Amino acid sequence: MNRTTESATKDAASLKTTEDIVLRVRKLSKSFGNNHVLREFNVELHQGENLVVLGKSGSGKSVLIKCIIGLLEPDSGEINVLGEDVLSLDSEELDRLRVKVGFLFQSNALYDSMTVRENLEFPLRRHTIQLDPKDELVLVMEALANVGLEHTLDMLPAELSGGMRKRIALARTLILKPSIILYDEPTTGLDPITSLEIITLINKIREKYGTSALIISHDMNCVKRTADRIAVLVDGRCKALGTYEELSRIEDQNISPFFH
Amino acid sequence: MIQIPKDLSTFIREAGDMSRFTWRFFREGFRSRFEYAEFIKQCYVLGYRSLPLVALTAFIIGLVLTMQLRPSMVKYGVEVQIPAMVGISIVREIGPILTALIFAGKIGSSIGAELGSMNVTEQIDAMEVSGTNPFKYLVVTRTLATTLMLPVLVLIADAIALFGSYLGELMYEPLNLNLFYHKVFENLIYIDFIPAFIKTFFFGFAVGIIGCFKGYFSDKGTEGVGNSANSSVVVSSVMIFIIDLIAVQIADFFQY
Repeated sequence: MNRTTESATKDAASLKTTEDIVLRVRKLSKSFGNNHVLREFNVELHQGENLVVLGKSGSGKSVLIKCIIGLLEPDSGEINVLGEDVLSLDSEELDRLRVKVGFLFQSNALYDSMTVRENLEFPLRRHTIQLDPKDELVLVMEALANVGLEHTLDMLPAELSGGMRKRIALARTLILKPSIILYDEPTTGLDPITSLEIITLINKIREKYGTSALIISHDMNCVKRTADRIAVLVDGRCKALGTYEELSRIEDQNISPFFH
Repeated sequence: MIQIPKDLSTFIREAGDMSRFTWRFFREGFRSRFEYAEFIKQCYVLGYRSLPLVALTAFIIGLVLTMQLRPSMVKYGVEVQIPAMVGISIVREIGPILTALIFAGKIGSSIGAELGSMNVTEQIDAMEVSGTNPFKYLVVTRTLATTLMLPVLVLIADAIALFGSYLGELMYEPLNLNLFYHKVFENLIYIDFIPAFIKTFFFGFAVGIIGCFKGYFSDKGTEGVGNSANSSVVVSSVMIFIIDLIAVQIADFFQY
């Protein structure tokens, strides 16, 4: 890290206190064979913050959030989410933690054979005690209203456009009212107008529910409009951490191309 | 140092992975929170919906078998033995093996493609994040459904194939249905029926577990999904013949 990136990291870090950290990743390493994807990666997410992890394709951004949610097991390091050490949890404890942590998949991951309603009811039924069908419907409609797609209730994912599918996936993430949302490339593959709609939704959700968000992206429009802070992932390490303005002033061959 | 050919090492590795996958089925299949609703749904989708295809094929095979046998049987003057011969052939071998192969083609490929596609589009990960064990929800339910539904389909296929055979007989000479079935069953003994029925559970298990294994670990991309569907059919078909070979040896051992 050069002098400029170091000072940006310090400036950004000083804006936050350690007490309101909701997610902490320390010295996280993950390899696939000889491919060292993450090398002692460190990052912290604060309450109500939107933190973007920026990096080029294949740099390990998705691996990072899959480790955080427990879908991948890291080789070493620490992951602490809402005070819980993720790597020491058993499957039931992990399920309980996942109620508080939403995950928006890059490919949306909507269940093809289920209607929109069934897609939204699925995490609800799995994670919570038996609800009255009327209460379930109220929660489903509330989640759909958040993304403006109440009319799609009985439609199948195949009948929806790419943008609508992304919004339904976001509604499914929201239905359990998580404290933290992990977004995996939320605007990838979408046209600029739909991307803007998703970006607006991400910001609206934060305002409405006060959620913290870790956003994986390389779409600079999304990064600029959503990020409070940005962590730049280069060669498996956090190369720089700061606000958009701070990082855009850095002269570094790995960082500058994102901002110019 | 002896160099193991690449194809052989791939085969050994895959066999090892398959064995671990099968062991996981027995380990997780009997733990609490069984997915009853999904299991019933899969019985309907994999079993009931296969019935028209299985029934049509069985009917045609019964009819054709009788028509093809008839000239030779007439030549030797033993056409009266056609019902018995067709009955034994269908119950002991043709019914189970043909139904299992059709089942492997229709259901093995569909499970491989469905799970492969779910893997590629991260639906399996989404299930895990939603507090669901995807192995129990997808693999255990489908494999149990194929294991239980294939024997039922074979019983129905046997009955329909025999009816097809009866119609084949009726084309050449007037024959009472009761008399036809009497001729079939007076030559069938338990040892014809029971081993043939038991092996269909193993056929069904093979189709389900192989389809799930290929889909669950499919390569990314559309080509990966196609390959899982294709290899599900190929591997489960070969496995059906291997199980059949073993089952015949075991049945013969107890018979003689």
